[in-house]
Amino acid sequence: MPLSFRTAPVLACLICLCLAALHPQPLAAQDDAPQGTLQALLQTHQEEVARPSRNSVALVLDALLDAQLDGTLEFLRLWQDREVYERDADGLFFYAREGQDRMLVLTDIDTGEEAGVIGSREINQIRPNAGVRREIAAALVQFELSDPDPARRLAALEAISRSPDPEQIPLLAAAIEGEPDPAIRERKERVLSLLIARHGSDSAERVAAIEALTGDISTEARRVLNQLLQTQAGIAGALPEDANIERVRSPGDDLDLITAYDRLADAGLAPARRGHNAIRDALRAHVANGQVGGVALHRLSTDEARREAYRTLEEAGLVPPLVTEAAMQAAVAQYVFFDAYVEPDAAVTDAARDALDSTRTKIGIYQAFGLTLDALSLASIFFLAAIGLAITFGVMRVINMAHGEFIMMGAYTGYVVQLFIPNYTFSLAVALPLAFAITFGAGVAMERLVIRYLYTRPLETLLATFGISIALQQLAKNIFGTQARPLTAPDWLAGSVVLNDIVSISSIRVAIFVLALMFLAMLVVILQRTRLGLEVRAVTQNPGMAASMGINPDRINMLTFGLGSGIAGVAGVAIGLYAQVTSEMGANYIVQSFMTVVVGGVGSVFGTLAGAGLIGFLQKGIEWFNPGNTLAAQTYMVLFIILFIQFRPRGIVALKGRAAGD
Amino acid sequence: MAADIMTRGARGPAKPRQPAPPRRRSFLAENPSVLWFMLALGLFTAVVSVLSEAFGAGLLSTSLIKVLGMTLCLCLIAIAMDVVWGYCGILSLGHFAFFGLGGYAIGMWLMYARTEIVIRENLASGTIPPTETEVTEAVTAQIFGVVGSSELPLIWSFAYSLPFQLAMVVLMPGLLALIFGWLAFRSRVTGVYLSILTQAMTLALSLYLFQNDTGLRGNNGLSGLQNIPGFLDVPQSVISMWFFWASAFALGAGYLLFAWVVWGKFGSVIRAIRDNESRVRFLGYNVEGYKLFVFTLTAVASGLAGALYYPQAGIINPAEIAPIASIYLAVWVAIGGRGRLYGAVIGAASVSLLSSWLTGGGAPNIDLGFYRIIWTDWWLVLLGLGFVLVTLFFPKGIGGLFDYLVRKRP
Amino acid sequence: MSKTLLEVSGVSVTFDGFRAINNLSIQVAEPELRAVIGPNGAGKTTFMDIVTGKTRPDEGYVIWGERSVSLLEMSESQIARAGIGRKFQKPTIFEEQTVRENLAMALKNRRGPLPVLFWRPGAADHARITELAQEIGLSDRLEHRAGDLSHGQKQWLEIGMLLAQDPRLLLVDEPAAGMTPAERAHTTDLLKRAAQTRAVMVIEHDMEFIRRLDCKVTVLHEGAVLAEGSLDHVTQNQQVIDVYLGR
Repeated sequence: MPLSFRTAPVLACLICLCLAALHPQPLAAQDDAPQGTLQALLQTHQEEVARPSRNSVALVLDALLDAQLDGTLEFLRLWQDREVYERDADGLFFYAREGQDRMLVLTDIDTGEEAGVIGSREINQIRPNAGVRREIAAALVQFELSDPDPARRLAALEAISRSPDPEQIPLLAAAIEGEPDPAIRERKERVLSLLIARHGSDSAERVAAIEALTGDISTEARRVLNQLLQTQAGIAGALPEDANIERVRSPGDDLDLITAYDRLADAGLAPARRGHNAIRDALRAHVANGQVGGVALHRLSTDEARREAYRTLEEAGLVPPLVTEAAMQAAVAQYVFFDAYVEPDAAVTDAARDALDSTRTKIGIYQAFGLTLDALSLASIFFLAAIGLAITFGVMRVINMAHGEFIMMGAYTGYVVQLFIPNYTFSLAVALPLAFAITFGAGVAMERLVIRYLYTRPLETLLATFGISIALQQLAKNIFGTQARPLTAPDWLAGSVVLNDIVSISSIRVAIFVLALMFLAMLVVILQRTRLGLEVRAVTQNPGMAASMGINPDRINMLTFGLGSGIAGVAGVAIGLYAQVTSEMGANYIVQSFMTVVVGGVGSVFGTLAGAGLIGFLQKGIEWFNPGNTLAAQTYMVLFIILFIQFRPRGIVALKGRAAGD
Repeated sequence: MAADIMTRGARGPAKPRQPAPPRRRSFLAENPSVLWFMLALGLFTAVVSVLSEAFGAGLLSTSLIKVLGMTLCLCLIAIAMDVVWGYCGILSLGHFAFFGLGGYAIGMWLMYARTEIVIRENLASGTIPPTETEVTEAVTAQIFGVVGSSELPLIWSFAYSLPFQLAMVVLMPGLLALIFGWLAFRSRVTGVYLSILTQAMTLALSLYLFQNDTGLRGNNGLSGLQNIPGFLDVPQSVISMWFFWASAFALGAGYLLFAWVVWGKFGSVIRAIRDNESRVRFLGYNVEGYKLFVFTLTAVASGLAGALYYPQAGIINPAEIAPIASIYLAVWVAIGGRGRLYGAVIGAASVSLLSSWLTGGGAPNIDLGFYRIIWTDWWLVLLGLGFVLVTLFFPKGIGGLFDYLVRKRP
Repeated sequence: MSKTLLEVSGVSVTFDGFRAINNLSIQVAEPELRAVIGPNGAGKTTFMDIVTGKTRPDEGYVIWGERSVSLLEMSESQIARAGIGRKFQKPTIFEEQTVRENLAMALKNRRGPLPVLFWRPGAADHARITELAQEIGLSDRLEHRAGDLSHGQKQWLEIGMLLAQDPRLLLVDEPAAGMTPAERAHTTDLLKRAAQTRAVMVIEHDMEFIRRLDCKVTVLHEGAVLAEGSLDHVTQNQQVIDVYLGR
């Protein structure tokens, strides 16, 4: 706005005067002459401003835009937002805000100074309707496109891209010149090109703009292209010359007879079909002496009898005739059915179709990539949830049904830590090791108190640990209540990693993936490189022999159980970050975890990895084929696993030979 | 079988079956517990009948009768579970799925037939009698409006027919058990793996039923099952007694059947399978066949129990089939005492009754001054820990106490 | 000369790269009594596992009976029903059940679930059980829990179950372990008697026991046949002395 700098010296003091509602827009120095003020201009159009209609508002807007007065922008914004009031007494316009005692505090439109207090009955709020507000918004856009605040300029651009309008083309084109910010300039050009593609007046220009979108996979580009390709069903005696036909539909072939006929009927080109309900209603209207059309009422419980009665009525001319199939066919044969593009220009639609087709492969690849990321993320969650179970199951042949509750304990640990440490990053750093320590302790306690007495009775371990599981679950309910507790991720984990409009993944999932990788590495190192790992592997393969070699199986069992449980606790913190923390969260993961272990093969970290990968990818794959139905995906996945066990009863990575046992 | 006949041919004919030798004792003489059980069940039924609202003193409310009748059904499925787990060693975490399937099968008829009666009554008041299509459409709209569907799912095609749905009560659990069991047993999945696999089956089934588009009303389940078509004007107090008697009869018959099955050589073989499966194979028994037989038979019994249970409960939904229910079943049997049928009955009856008493607000809460013990909150904790203790210290369960009272045969 | 009942030829089995059985070929005739000896890990038990269907070999043939059926396509229970009975190294009986129940289960009768469900012991069955109990010296313990028996008695019970099956080929893994000398003598008699009408293969370490069996001996070493012949013949074989007897 060229006027801005002239008034710079008074800016500071005016800001002080300005009330909260005002944007720090430089205002013109006030002179006494009422002429040249906004108020004066508005008063010349008093009626149109106070009671704007879609037709009349253009007049006011043109006048305002021509006058280029300061404060116009502010006025337009507030007018649009229904914050401009008309004083009943003199018809002057004011901004207002609520004061005390249901009184309104008025603000002068030009000066921004307080202009007294008034009761809400003495003033009239101006309420432009939706159509008017759209007009105002369009007018605002051209102001905002040149607003000194870059954020406003961008917002205006987004507004255009959301609701494109042919009239915006020259405004936007004009606003590109003089744009200081190269990024915004680029954005402006892009929005302009989309606008031209959609609403341009020159065919060649539009085709060029569309061709520039070839291979563009962004959502807005595809939306514009798809809008260009919108079609409308049409019926005509002969194929119209001037329409941009997408395809002709032949009834009976790619359009069934009934649908075609109903379209005719809807267009008023043929009498409507008489359905069951219509027949029944017509019969009901002609009941006389316990019969209709010579058929007794009690006989009318079959379609044949009803049709017979209806025919009698029809012959008597009492009801419109039934439409027979032959009649339907004859009627349909007289017309051509087609789908025509809403866009009349064939060159444009052809170009749009080509451009859209060109993106298809690329989109497919990106979608597959996105799906792979999703599956990887799901797999890492399964891996984290299951690896602890796999370790205990593998080493001790013990099914720990309470494993899910250890996950829950970990998540609640994270929640409690956040209650005490408000800094989310720091609390996470405390929660992870603490969750490990707590669940490690719980696991060791459970092993010492219960499980070691049941090593010879594996099925009963399953049951005993289930008892512990329901007790722990109910305890958590008693302590934390049944509602979900939040476990908030720190800000740096809150966003998403966005590659483009198709592929994005939330940072938490990336973090979980990294965490899973870390645990994988850690476990591999522990198992393959340390003395403990050696002993664990020995006990896994042959407990009796390991014991006779001087390995203390008690100690190994205790440590393994603690380790497995501790990992569950850490997994709980990770899972709690993106899912909600409830007392039942563990139960939601336990069956999947078992599947992972069983599919992967017992006693092997890489088996669990493979199992988690298989299940994660499978579930996402099935979801892809059957989108929006997670339940179905899970059902099919479980079925698949049942079948999978048929062919590899010992899992993907199976221990062979005698070590596998019987 | 072929091999069996072949060796027979090679080694001469089988020894002819001869009439019973003098030492042979009758089934009941060898199983005195069966007699005692029947006596107790008969007595219980008689007492309940005498105290009922409909046929006696009215001391027991209709809802209590229903709870007792449902408990009898739970005892029946517990017996089935005991046979498959306590005797045959298959810790199935899927028998409640069969129970639920039985309930769904009968529930479909109950719901359809009752809705049809109501719809016909409504339509009959119109001037023109409805056509069959109109009735079906109206019934469909009534039943499936809640899941936004207007077409009758294929599996409901015969829902109007009681005989068909009764057959389904047996066939649905039976066939599922047969197919699943065949797949699982032939690949020699045993022990913990088998338990997990049955749990997976249960999970798959409940997830399937949870979907709105699979034709069983998703998580709404089937409701209004306490109204019996054809007897809509009979008061619930009477209907509850009918179902109570039916449940008692089913439990009695089931007990007899299973006691007979686990008696004699068949029982001997399945217990041997439980203890050492591969050794039984080397004796020439087709272990998979036996397991499949037991699994399927108990699944059918579970389905029947479910078909009697849900009309008393009035509502069935997929949550009933969730894997946890089957685990509770195992808990009952373990607490009652595995490997003895009356143990399963004791476990199921005591734990489920105690559970509904404590969680139904029947039990008085205990005020300790500093803390108030609310049974609804603490019952599951107690059950869980109690169960751990039973597993650790009383592997024979409550039924084990009888060993002290009754001297076993030398 | 008697006819061949079981023919094992060119059989090999590998466990995790370890060749437990290496191109093994053995033939057993009916009736015949055969002893199998060899050092630990020679593949004696694995050989029995293969014949009874517990382990599937990587290659080779196992042919059975007059009709030359391949045992490799049959399940354990089918093989057992075809007439191969096995006594395990460690006595495996059903400890929770009575001696009578153990024997009744083993009795040669129809094995399908339904026939078994409706099966009730007839007089002949009772007679057979009594006779077997007498043979294995458990007459007065028929109604006892098998788990309460002594180690030797458990061995006997398992032999009794083996006889009750009435198999054509008996595979007996270390029958004399844990037996008194008198019991050993009894076992020898029993096996020799059984071998008059059927094929019996005995794995044993006790040379005295084998001498008393007085039969053809097969020496296994590293999964293959090292020597075969009378006991005197094989004990003079230098290789046998090196790998087995000499130690």
